[in-house]
Amino acid sequence: MNWEAIKAIYYFEMVRMKRTLLQSLIAPVITTSLYFIVFGTAIGSRIQEVNGVSYGAFITPGLIMLTLLGQCISNGAFGIYFPKFAGTIYEILSAPVSMKEVVIGYVGAAATKGVIIGLIILATASLFVDLSVQYPVMMLVFMVLTAITFSMAGFIIGIWADNFEQLNLVPMLVVPPLTFLGGSFYSIDMLPPFWQTVSHFNPVLYLVSGFRWSFYGIADVNPVISLVMIAVFLMICLSLLFWIFRTGYRLRK
Amino acid sequence: MPAIVSIRNLQKTYANGFSALKGVNLDIEEGEILALLGPNGAGKTTMISIICGISMPTGGTVMVGGHDVVRDFRQTRKLIGLVPQELTIDQFETVWNTVSFSRGLHGEKANPKLIEQILKDLSLWDKRDNKLRELSGGMKRRVLIAKALAHEPRILFLDEPTAGVDVELRRGMWAAIDRLREGGVTVILTTHYIEEAEEMADRIGVISGGEILLVEEKRALMQKLGRKQLRLELKSPLSVLPPSLDALQLSLSEDGRAIIHEYGNGVGEGRIGAVLAAVEREGLSISDVSTRQSSLEDIFVSLVGDRA
Repeated sequence: MNWEAIKAIYYFEMVRMKRTLLQSLIAPVITTSLYFIVFGTAIGSRIQEVNGVSYGAFITPGLIMLTLLGQCISNGAFGIYFPKFAGTIYEILSAPVSMKEVVIGYVGAAATKGVIIGLIILATASLFVDLSVQYPVMMLVFMVLTAITFSMAGFIIGIWADNFEQLNLVPMLVVPPLTFLGGSFYSIDMLPPFWQTVSHFNPVLYLVSGFRWSFYGIADVNPVISLVMIAVFLMICLSLLFWIFRTGYRLRK
Repeated sequence: MPAIVSIRNLQKTYANGFSALKGVNLDIEEGEILALLGPNGAGKTTMISIICGISMPTGGTVMVGGHDVVRDFRQTRKLIGLVPQELTIDQFETVWNTVSFSRGLHGEKANPKLIEQILKDLSLWDKRDNKLRELSGGMKRRVLIAKALAHEPRILFLDEPTAGVDVELRRGMWAAIDRLREGGVTVILTTHYIEEAEEMADRIGVISGGEILLVEEKRALMQKLGRKQLRLELKSPLSVLPPSLDALQLSLSEDGRAIIHEYGNGVGEGRIGAVLAAVEREGLSISDVSTRQSSLEDIFVSLVGDRA
């Protein structure tokens, strides 16, 4: 293992994050605050409790997931896309690093960034609503696993993308609908049976449900199933990455 | 001298069927400066990309320091520094960070003293905290060299290092490369500027159409292929050469104002005295005399031209 290289890539990415502090930290915080003001306070005051949890508190885990997913995918994708775009990828390709180390560096940094943002949003949320976290360790486990998995998904998108439009396709077009329809703002019990079945095909449901369980002990699906599903997503991403590195897909001519 | 880079039957055919390298064989000796000359699209960059690991060969082998570049890529890439042809840099990074990043990427522990020395050698020390986008083109080029040197490589590849660089800077770069050679670094440079190869290289390789046409000691090459020309400018032009000069195989310039004697390469040598005497005998008055040695450029053009 070339640990120095992993450190170099990780540090490089974290410095990039510091440079883009405004868009990567402050923007999500403002957006989430707006969600709380509109959904939590304005609308939420007219919505009854969900499974014994006030509406504002109920939507908090979903909001954190929404941002976490979006940020991890964008950061993971941009981190590797930018060197491709600028041409600086030559250095990584000609360095004594294996793709495993490249992934650990980039995905590690993207996931770290995602978790930091998630925690900041959690802190922001606590200003608006009464929060309790029943299983803090499990909350972190869900957060970290989700961050790693979707940073990897982002990394894969970054390798696949040929232009900025493709790069933003998934985070802008795919993630929000999945999150909104994945039970971030409601319990799927509230849906008609047909849509409940459809929801079970939405990966985000498992993430939000499991994450919410770690807060309040209530869940749409069994938290064990949520964990298993995250593990499945992780394996899918790992397999895709393995295939990419075996074949040099879109990286080595 | 042992070969530090050994290329055997190297082939690269792209998915679209284009064959960029058609079985290249080349040994690069430790400590030498090798210049690779060739027209655009000759395969120079493809060859370097394969040696450095950016591109994968479709046939043949490359050994660097006794290791295979595909199988033992960690060993080989640690030995190699690469300065790419394009000015590919992260515009938003500072000089110091980007050079330190390169060192880390090659698995070396941070060494601020060394980075300081490299930056000072390349006259970048004052700019260490500047963002790369604030630098001039020549400085960016030097940053790329600093990045390539940050992990103390034993072999340095310079892919057209002085393209678009002004004369003064070019000379500065040559001096820097000279210092590297004194430190025992093997340097391989590709160039369009024949002057550069002539000035710097110990050996010269000519590559065209994906094949190495020749690799030769620079001096031997110049001697072997170099021709000299003696040109006698006439005060009054001639329409034809006097018959008495026929035996000396002279020629007349197009405007009839000069008599040209070509020699060198074992042909027509040692005849200058006879030529001058014959011209004198003919009573032709000469206004000026000049000699010219064919440059590497002429050699190159005739080599590549012969193949075309």
